[in-house]
Amino acid sequence: MRRIVVPSLFFMALLGIWGIAAGSGRWSPVLFPSPWSVAEYLWGALLDGTLVEAIFVTMKRLLAGYAIGLLIGLPLGLLTSSSQMLEDTIGALALGLQTLPSVCWVPLALLWFGQTEGAMLFVVVMGTVWSVIIATDHGARTIPPIYARAARTMGSQGLHLWTRVMLPASLPFLVSGMKQGWAFAWRSLMAAEIYVTILTGFGLGQLLHYGRELQAMDQVIGAMAMIVIIGSLADRILFSPWERFLHRRWGTNVE
Amino acid sequence: MNMAEAQWQGVMPEHASGASSKLIVESVSKWFRTPRATVHALDSISMQVAAGEVVCLVGPSGCGKSTLLDIIAGLTKPDSGHVLADGHLVTGPGRQRLVVFQEPSLFPWLDVFGNVMFGLKLCPELTNDGRREIAHRFLGLVGLEKFERVHVHELSGGMKQRVALARALAADPQVLLMDEPFGALDAMTREHLYDDVQRIWRDAGKTIVFVTHNMREAVCLGDRVLLMSQAPGKIIQAFDIPLPRPRSIYDVELVGYAARIADALRGTVGGGVPE
Repeated sequence: MRRIVVPSLFFMALLGIWGIAAGSGRWSPVLFPSPWSVAEYLWGALLDGTLVEAIFVTMKRLLAGYAIGLLIGLPLGLLTSSSQMLEDTIGALALGLQTLPSVCWVPLALLWFGQTEGAMLFVVVMGTVWSVIIATDHGARTIPPIYARAARTMGSQGLHLWTRVMLPASLPFLVSGMKQGWAFAWRSLMAAEIYVTILTGFGLGQLLHYGRELQAMDQVIGAMAMIVIIGSLADRILFSPWERFLHRRWGTNVE
Repeated sequence: MNMAEAQWQGVMPEHASGASSKLIVESVSKWFRTPRATVHALDSISMQVAAGEVVCLVGPSGCGKSTLLDIIAGLTKPDSGHVLADGHLVTGPGRQRLVVFQEPSLFPWLDVFGNVMFGLKLCPELTNDGRREIAHRFLGLVGLEKFERVHVHELSGGMKQRVALARALAADPQVLLMDEPFGALDAMTREHLYDDVQRIWRDAGKTIVFVTHNMREAVCLGDRVLLMSQAPGKIIQAFDIPLPRPRSIYDVELVGYAARIADALRGTVGGGVPE
């Protein structure tokens, strides 16, 4: 109960301070709208369908890029963890490119693909895949070797060893890798949507971008709020419970 | 096999038990190379274990006794020498030689029953009903029949080792290799397990190699205790333990044997205190 009441009070206080500051008249409401006008904008956007449409378009792009990122990243991460040579080559490449902020892929993507969905997808995949490789590689290396040793003495080997022992043993770390990948895919997509303006879909990032073009600060802040809310909901609903469950059950108390 | 035995007669005549030798370790040596140094872990170890015999390996920590067990299991390759199991050269791990490790080696993604079933599922000659029946039976044998559906992280250390023992026994290996299986447990839990283990072994009649650094544990469980020296490890003395079973670690005679082995060990480490 306490863990619900205290945060609620905290965020209500934050909104209150924002409201008082906006209402004080020191700043132009065009540049510093009140929480109510942002809420009003979001309500209107919800009713006329732009918000739902934007969320839908964004999610579609996110899932496609994320799925491709996982499909490439998870196997590569497992491979780099099992071979020194791959670690020194692909692993080093992943480590290097992971330091590149995903927005830096945008110019390249625009020149290669133009203002297309392909450019968007490319940025998301590039933003996701390296961090997934690194997280998976790290996870697979932390699997206690005792599991494989015990399984081998019981006659497990080859495919059986990989699917019945190594895969379940690395599950907590795969989920961490997937969570990491999700966070990076989300950031990359927002960068891509702000810079790639196309007619095939109008996502949350574009909502934010056009808010700036129209100098509609309530739209800018409203879009930012939605991005925060969706990002943290995904973390809380999709990943955290799983991660907690796996780490508790597996006895790998990372948290 | 005959040649190996013939060779053996001369080395350790009192234990060359002829045709019933289950395990033969023949001049096995092992070095570990690290970037800084090369450690000579095992120095031409030879021993043999008769079918149904319980042999305990004791020695100071770092004497390579766990390495020797790994080599017998086939998890580590010796640099020279070889191991014969039933007269066949050991080239890799196999389910005829199951290991019970000191560290918790149960799979946390399976429950207790699933862990015991893991080894059984790798026995193609069994039916599924047969596997389940065996798993129930062995969990009963270690007193955990009520915990079949419990997850590994909910078990105490002693219970985990009981499950590991049941998992190993259920797959019906010919040889059981135990690497300080009770080393991480408290004294009271350990003493309970000595009673259980002696009862189970009497019924199962397995060939067992048991590594420990606890003298009384070795004397309590072993038909024979082999004392190893500090690195490079070699077997320096063998003790027959002709005490009747079941044995209690508080038995005066047993303590006497343990003290004699501890004295012998002290002699080898130059006045140091054995663990």
